[in-house]
Amino acid sequence: MNQLSDAWPAIALTLQLASLSSALLLVIATPIAWWLSQTSSAWRKPIAALITLPLVLPPTVLGFYILIVLGPKGWIGQLTQSLGLGVLSFSFTGLLIGSLIFSLPFAVQPIQYAFEAIGKRPLEAAATLRAGPLDAFFSVALPLAKPGLLTATVLSFAHTVGEFGVVLMIGGNIPGQTRVVSTQIYGYVESMAYEEAHLLSAGMLVFSFLVLLALGQLKTRRDKVLT
Amino acid sequence: MSWLILRLGFMSRKLRIIWLGLLSLASLTLHAAPLQVAVASNFMGPMNAVASVFERDTGHKLQLSFGATGQFYAQIRNGAPFAILLAADKETPLKLAREGLAVEATAFTYAKGRLVLWSKRANFVDNDGAFLKSESFTRLAIANPKLAPYGAAALETLTKLGLRDRIAPKIVEAANIAQSFQFVASENATLGFVAMSQVYERGKLKEGSAWLVPTSFHSPINQDAILLNPGKDQPAALALLNFLKTDKAKTMIRSFGYDL
Repeated sequence: MNQLSDAWPAIALTLQLASLSSALLLVIATPIAWWLSQTSSAWRKPIAALITLPLVLPPTVLGFYILIVLGPKGWIGQLTQSLGLGVLSFSFTGLLIGSLIFSLPFAVQPIQYAFEAIGKRPLEAAATLRAGPLDAFFSVALPLAKPGLLTATVLSFAHTVGEFGVVLMIGGNIPGQTRVVSTQIYGYVESMAYEEAHLLSAGMLVFSFLVLLALGQLKTRRDKVLT
Repeated sequence: MSWLILRLGFMSRKLRIIWLGLLSLASLTLHAAPLQVAVASNFMGPMNAVASVFERDTGHKLQLSFGATGQFYAQIRNGAPFAILLAADKETPLKLAREGLAVEATAFTYAKGRLVLWSKRANFVDNDGAFLKSESFTRLAIANPKLAPYGAAALETLTKLGLRDRIAPKIVEAANIAQSFQFVASENATLGFVAMSQVYERGKLKEGSAWLVPTSFHSPINQDAILLNPGKDQPAALALLNFLKTDKAKTMIRSFGYDL
């Protein structure tokens, strides 16, 4: 049990990373989801596919490319260096960028579906009441899409907590900066500290179960509202 | 195979089972099942070379799985069917033997790793390690010292140079030696400790600049092999262990940057 003290900083860091990235994703994903739900542009399908990519790509592929892009020769790396931020790989910010990319589809899709489910009529009604497009978005579309926004937040939070491959690739296992729960479990398993691994894994299992349960609860509530 | 599937459709269930059983029996006797060998991933290059010569010379077939020694340990404890383990350390084979999962008397050192401080930039790392003291770098990659013998050796080297505490904030840990190489190769880390086998080819540095760390700076990186229980009655298993001890195999292993 002597190694279990390593677990707390990892848990704290994981929660920090997950809450920051789900909050940021809500801001990033909502306009993207809105655009995807309203547009009839030819770009709609390619962009939707691009955003869905992290869902199907192995995390090692993502992590490998993020590592290269963030590195001193990559375009983000060159940008951050010229801004005086240095190279972001092996830092919390780097991890956050990775999480945002990794969890983007988990945030965009529920919000997009929620917007699409509203249909045209409430917005047309708002327009006849002389609401501007921005006003209609904030006072009609956004409140109606609330269940979608909630689902997106919960899913991206949970997905960031469970993220492993990307962190392993771009993290560097620095305590308090990039060592999260999943990489800590990996470390325990690899160093044959099975008891610690069990404890932390069981915690993760219970947490994930509770998240999915909460998500199911949200869904039934939404279904009741709609019918 | 499609005619087979078509025909199976017409058979009764009982007949089908018998037919499939006969088929699998036939395939067993026609080709002996390949020997399943678990190999530490740092040894992938030399093992592929050794395996092809071994297969050609003996007619035995090998099925190589590359991975982390710790993972193999967990898998073997849980019934993985490997006949032989070529570990990245000395401890894991012994541990398996003590747990009754391997044959202790068969353990031997098949390769000794050499540690190299490497940077992708030319003329960056000097050849005596004094460069480390200059601290004119931001990130130093090492393999996780708790998991990888190369990582532990890197930490010992830093301690020996009296730099461990000063350099600690610059260290980034890779999950294994392959990832340490990747961090440096992608230049996310300016320099890092890697395995000689990763950056040398036929005794020459492939690119960048490097310091070949003297073996006196750290405890030896012994990689041991051991016969696992599922391999006990497979002649191919003993043949492979013996083959690894021949001069022919040793020359090949050395040419990949290992000592012996």
